[in-house]
Amino acid sequence: MMPTIVFGVLSVIIIGFALAMVLSKNLVHSAIFMAATFVGVAGIYLTLSAGFLAAVQILIYVGAISILMVFGVMLTRRGDISASNLFNKRIISGVVVSAALFIILGRLILTSEWFPSSFSVPESTVGPIADLMMNAYVIPFETAALILLAAMVGAIILAKGARRTR
Amino acid sequence: MDNIFINIAGWIRDFIAGFGLSEGLVYLAMVLVKFVAVLVFVLLNVVFLVYMERRVAGFFQERLGPNRVGPQGIFQLVMDILKLLSKEDIVPAGADKLVYKTAAYVIFVPTMLVYMVIPFGKGMNVIDLNMGLFYILAVSSLTTLIIFMAGWGSRNKYSLIGGMRAVAQMVSYEIPFVFSFLGVIMLTGSLKLSTIVEAQQDVWFIVLQPIAFIIFLIAGNAEINRGPFDLPEGEQELVAGYHTEYTAGRFAMFYMAEYANLLAMAAIGTTVFLGGWHGPWLPGWLWFFIKMYILVFGQMWVRWTFPRIRIDHMMHFNWKVLLPISLANILVTGIGIKAYEMLRTMGWW
Amino acid sequence: MLQQYSGLGIYLIAAIIFPFIIVFVALILGPKRPNPEKLTTYECGLDTQGPTWVQFKINYFLYALVFVVFDVETVFLYPWAVKFQALGLFAFIEMIIFIAILVIGLWYAWKEGALEWM
Repeated sequence: MMPTIVFGVLSVIIIGFALAMVLSKNLVHSAIFMAATFVGVAGIYLTLSAGFLAAVQILIYVGAISILMVFGVMLTRRGDISASNLFNKRIISGVVVSAALFIILGRLILTSEWFPSSFSVPESTVGPIADLMMNAYVIPFETAALILLAAMVGAIILAKGARRTR
Repeated sequence: MDNIFINIAGWIRDFIAGFGLSEGLVYLAMVLVKFVAVLVFVLLNVVFLVYMERRVAGFFQERLGPNRVGPQGIFQLVMDILKLLSKEDIVPAGADKLVYKTAAYVIFVPTMLVYMVIPFGKGMNVIDLNMGLFYILAVSSLTTLIIFMAGWGSRNKYSLIGGMRAVAQMVSYEIPFVFSFLGVIMLTGSLKLSTIVEAQQDVWFIVLQPIAFIIFLIAGNAEINRGPFDLPEGEQELVAGYHTEYTAGRFAMFYMAEYANLLAMAAIGTTVFLGGWHGPWLPGWLWFFIKMYILVFGQMWVRWTFPRIRIDHMMHFNWKVLLPISLANILVTGIGIKAYEMLRTMGWW
Repeated sequence: MLQQYSGLGIYLIAAIIFPFIIVFVALILGPKRPNPEKLTTYECGLDTQGPTWVQFKINYFLYALVFVVFDVETVFLYPWAVKFQALGLFAFIEMIIFIAILVIGLWYAWKEGALEWM
């Protein structure tokens, strides 16, 4: 009973802030609403006993990605900030695409068979993550480093181009 | 004496359980009781720290500081609170009202969340999370965005520059700050703060990880925007930085959060590097308190001794000095642990 | 576990309520006499010239970017550090390779001047 209520409250928070993010006309407001949405998602992780994942969500998405977004907004050249996130003429096609996606995902969730795990949650989730990361998933782990490197190099090249044209 | 607070908590728990509540509800009620206790502790210390900082600054600058109200000016702190609370609450006409107000309401939340896991004595924390140290890093990273909101929402050029500088500085110094704990975690194999303190029974980690401790002090000082890293609120150029436009209760929130962060940083340093509640003769919580105040005094000493550093120097120092050193520290610690293990298995130790 | 997290939730709610009390008390105790001059942006007595929310330079973004990369690295480093003593030498070498790849990124950012404040 209690988990259901908590899940409902968190869902309302997440969906509310997500809607506010999309509908807000101000880009900075959108970025802040997005951060609030991420906090709500971290709450969902907590209800699933995935504490480490929740902390990662806060640390990376709220603490880092949001900052990157905000700096990105501060970097762009624009006129009035209060009208920086306007709707364009494609609103109908946007609604159609997102509604279709919603129907497909909903149908998949409803029709798929779920196998509840019989394992109990370990006392600390950090250790098992490390075990998997260092033994079974070594290649993805090292690939993550390469992807991060590629992202950094690419962004620096782009930023250098931006600096030169300015 | 050692268990005085734990006994009090036990009595309150028995009292609450006397109402016939279920065990889960008693637990939640106890969390609330502990929240109030931590809040009172933090507020009293914050008020005292404001007074202490003014006195310490006075002595460092060969003047007296506040000494008129009461003996040694001790009632100055009561006056400070009354003054702050009785000022007019001004919301600038040009400000982005939503962001401006929200920032003031939420700035104190991450700070309070950090105090949740800190063990003030043996068994004296609100909730002893398994991922304690990582949790601290996660919630304290929220402050960055809130400071940006304050600076941006005020729609004041000083505030905005202060906010942008604060964010750039805080995200930069977060990396060495986070890395400085890794050596300790490698040694203990746990993120739980009580386990980390218990591992320091014989040797404090300041002895095993001296470089990490220095990195922690420098990066921690930059994280809480205190001198010599106080560029985001340098009075001479930016009035008061990101909280220039705030008054009355809202300003009080920023001011309290600043000093509560100072205290939290000292508490983290005590827990991770200075052996937490360990110490001879005196009760554990008193040891914790003494160590915490030694660190606080050290930070005040640094603030009133060093001049503010230039922003380009600050960034260079972080990315080109602190970050490589902290990475090297992880490497050396790893090699050291492995070498120690190897020597022990070969029977040479 | 879940009990701890529900405690965390209660604690969070309490921590969110507290600032409202302080601001509310200050609102009651303080005077309320606004006038247009008082509500202007504080700029040491001068009127604000030009827009405030201007374009900032790209350095801020570059620092944030390098920060994101290293912040993601910490997420990998922390579990590794927790299990360091149990995992053995091979995991240590894996992590050295991981860090080395990112140090190459740092070196590149350094070389390209992304870490310069100018």
